[in-house]
Amino acid sequence: MDEMHDQPEIERDEEGGPTRRGLLKCMAWAGAGVIWTVSGGIPSSQLLGIGGAEAATKPAGTFSFMQLSDSHIGFSNAPNMDVNGTLQEAVDLVNKQKKGAALLIHTGDVSQLSKDAQFDTADQIIRGAKLDTYYVPGEHDVLVDEGKSFFERFTPRSPTGWYSFDQDGVHFVALNNVQDLKPGGLGNLGAAQLEWLGKDLAGRAPSTPIIVFAHIPLWTVSQQWGWGTDDAAQVMAMLRPFGSVTVLNGHIHQVMQKIEGNVAFHTARSTAFPQPAPGTAPSPGPIKDLPPGQLKSTLGIAKITRVQLSSPLAIVDTPLGA
Amino acid sequence: MRRFIRAALFAAALLAGSPALAEDAAVSIDNFTFSPAEITVAAGTKITWTNNDDIPHTVVDADDPKAWKSPPLDTGDAWARVFDKPGTYHYFCSLHSHMQGTVVVR
Repeated sequence: MDEMHDQPEIERDEEGGPTRRGLLKCMAWAGAGVIWTVSGGIPSSQLLGIGGAEAATKPAGTFSFMQLSDSHIGFSNAPNMDVNGTLQEAVDLVNKQKKGAALLIHTGDVSQLSKDAQFDTADQIIRGAKLDTYYVPGEHDVLVDEGKSFFERFTPRSPTGWYSFDQDGVHFVALNNVQDLKPGGLGNLGAAQLEWLGKDLAGRAPSTPIIVFAHIPLWTVSQQWGWGTDDAAQVMAMLRPFGSVTVLNGHIHQVMQKIEGNVAFHTARSTAFPQPAPGTAPSPGPIKDLPPGQLKSTLGIAKITRVQLSSPLAIVDTPLGA
Repeated sequence: MRRFIRAALFAAALLAGSPALAEDAAVSIDNFTFSPAEITVAAGTKITWTNNDDIPHTVVDADDPKAWKSPPLDTGDAWARVFDKPGTYHYFCSLHSHMQGTVVVR
């Protein structure tokens, strides 16, 4: 914990965790979508919903962006025979909520089977959000040609699917943890990507807010179902010096979150179909037997907002030469 | 179990010196599981994997993923491979790497 001395102060309890006030805010998850607010590094949430919730008012001086995930264009089975329609509805919701949003991320499984026609349909629907959109691949997107067609279309600046960029003082890191999976293992980043990440983060001020997004969770949600990433610990070690780290994932088609020290982990809902909570079903396959009319309450989008408070985390220091 | 019995009969036939005429065998994919997880067959047997899940899966050589692999198998898709050489073949689903199976060829 020595490196903590180099970090900006974060409101923490006596055990070094985020304050109770911050945690209580985080426990307000429910409904079909989420507005996630990062206030002084502590995320809190408000509800969004496919099917009607109104946008929360945006405090002045905030930075926000939207998240879509797991659109599975090409899926046509119970409980959703119209994944194009629900993606369109999600994009409509993005449009309703996007006031002030700087960009949109999609955390993978854009398609069901990596087919060009599926990519094309998703691309056209998502362009309707009229936001700069940053993608990472899901395992369904790299089924052929080692993902080449996905990368060409959705990550044109990166033939590997991993990259980074800066927006409003926030450093975004897009990771690819869906290729070269090892038998019996979980998600995989690999040595080349970890080396790149180390270089990407080197020299950045510890007060820079970091947003990491990748398809498979970077924390182990379920070992048995493969919901985790084998080499995520190395990523977390690299992120330890930073005061505010937010990790956004998809893959598990349900909202889960945890806060560990300076890192907030969050998974988004799918726009296509829900999957069961770990251990509640024989397999992680789609929940097929939803009561009539319940599907849309299991789908959704996320809006992530960073509120510029007078907390230390709102101050972004950049060393010369960084 | 029937497959095992059939495979055992062929193994017996081989031992008896009878000409081995391999029959087809099948592995089913249900609930993110290869079933049976281990299958024993005579050399020359064609094994067909059928995906009964609503999610695509693959069948990929675990020891050398480039050696042999199926295309993505959508719901209801099947893929077959003939196993000519005796040995133990471990395989997995490259999308859901916790899914693993074994083919033993006698």
